[in-house]
Amino acid sequence: MNITGSLAIIGYGLAAIGPGIGVGIIFASYIQSTARQPETAGLNRPNLFLGFAVVEALALLGIAFGFIWAGK
Amino acid sequence: MSRAALVLSGDLPWPPSVDDFYLPDLFGGNSPWFTKFTLMVWLAVAAIIIFFLVAYRNPKMVPSKAQWIAESIYGFNREGVAREMIGHEGLRFGPYLTTLFCFIAVTNVFAILPLFQISPNSHIAFPAMLAVFTYVLYIYQGIAKHGFGKFIKQSLIPPDVPWWLIPLLMLIEFAQTFLLRPFTLALRLFANMFAGHIVLLVFTLGGFALLNASALWAPVSLLSWVLTVALTFLEALICMLQAYVFVLLTGSYLQTSLAEEH
Repeated sequence: MNITGSLAIIGYGLAAIGPGIGVGIIFASYIQSTARQPETAGLNRPNLFLGFAVVEALALLGIAFGFIWAGK
Repeated sequence: MSRAALVLSGDLPWPPSVDDFYLPDLFGGNSPWFTKFTLMVWLAVAAIIIFFLVAYRNPKMVPSKAQWIAESIYGFNREGVAREMIGHEGLRFGPYLTTLFCFIAVTNVFAILPLFQISPNSHIAFPAMLAVFTYVLYIYQGIAKHGFGKFIKQSLIPPDVPWWLIPLLMLIEFAQTFLLRPFTLALRLFANMFAGHIVLLVFTLGGFALLNASALWAPVSLLSWVLTVALTFLEALICMLQAYVFVLLTGSYLQTSLAEEH
């Protein structure tokens, strides 16, 4: 079988595993903490999005560098 | 031939690529001086200014619908971000955060608005400029409050660490505070809008590609377009979420700049 295209796609697939698990853990923890103590929902929400944004940045770096290093 | 006609004739620009983000000049000029992006940014600024002027032209104790929306947006940024992240001292950043939020939200929503369907933020130039504003602001605020020497010391040397770790930590903290923060701030917004547009292109054009492929694949194009609709809703969520995240991170950076020594 002959496959053509850029290897960067496979690279991005690998790069997205870590942030995917990370974002999952963050939301799981938020759900768990609010289920245990519903009154902390508002208190933790900014932290939820901060953590989400920081972890998500890794996946987005993958997208950007995937295009930069895609090879001509 | 226009892009739409190209797609319908089966001569697809497939697969979607970075070239799809370089739009032609609206007036048919050779160099792109006035593209759809220029128009969208002007439209966004005009819409925000007019909305807030109209909503607050005649403020009442019992607010009208427009006044209520305007006050909710401002209150959300002032109370939910400025006060929550920075504390009482941060209330003076309410107007900046609200402006930032509105601009990013409106320019992001162009990504799913019919006829526009691409966000100016899918070009790195716009998020980069917004990140520069925030970068200059939080460094300026830190220096204005603590003085240059103390601000640098405070942002480079974390408290209560063994002395032999300090050289290493200084490097990490420097990269973190002065290089990675503005870079990731711009890249996050850019990459989200860029990836969102690519994904929508893949599913829309993919539908046409399947339709033209063979009789066996043609029905699958329906699934592709149903997914386009679903992903458009996801995009709507991401548009607002990214505006919020950008403002939230700006607040968080300002907070670390303004924090007293621990």
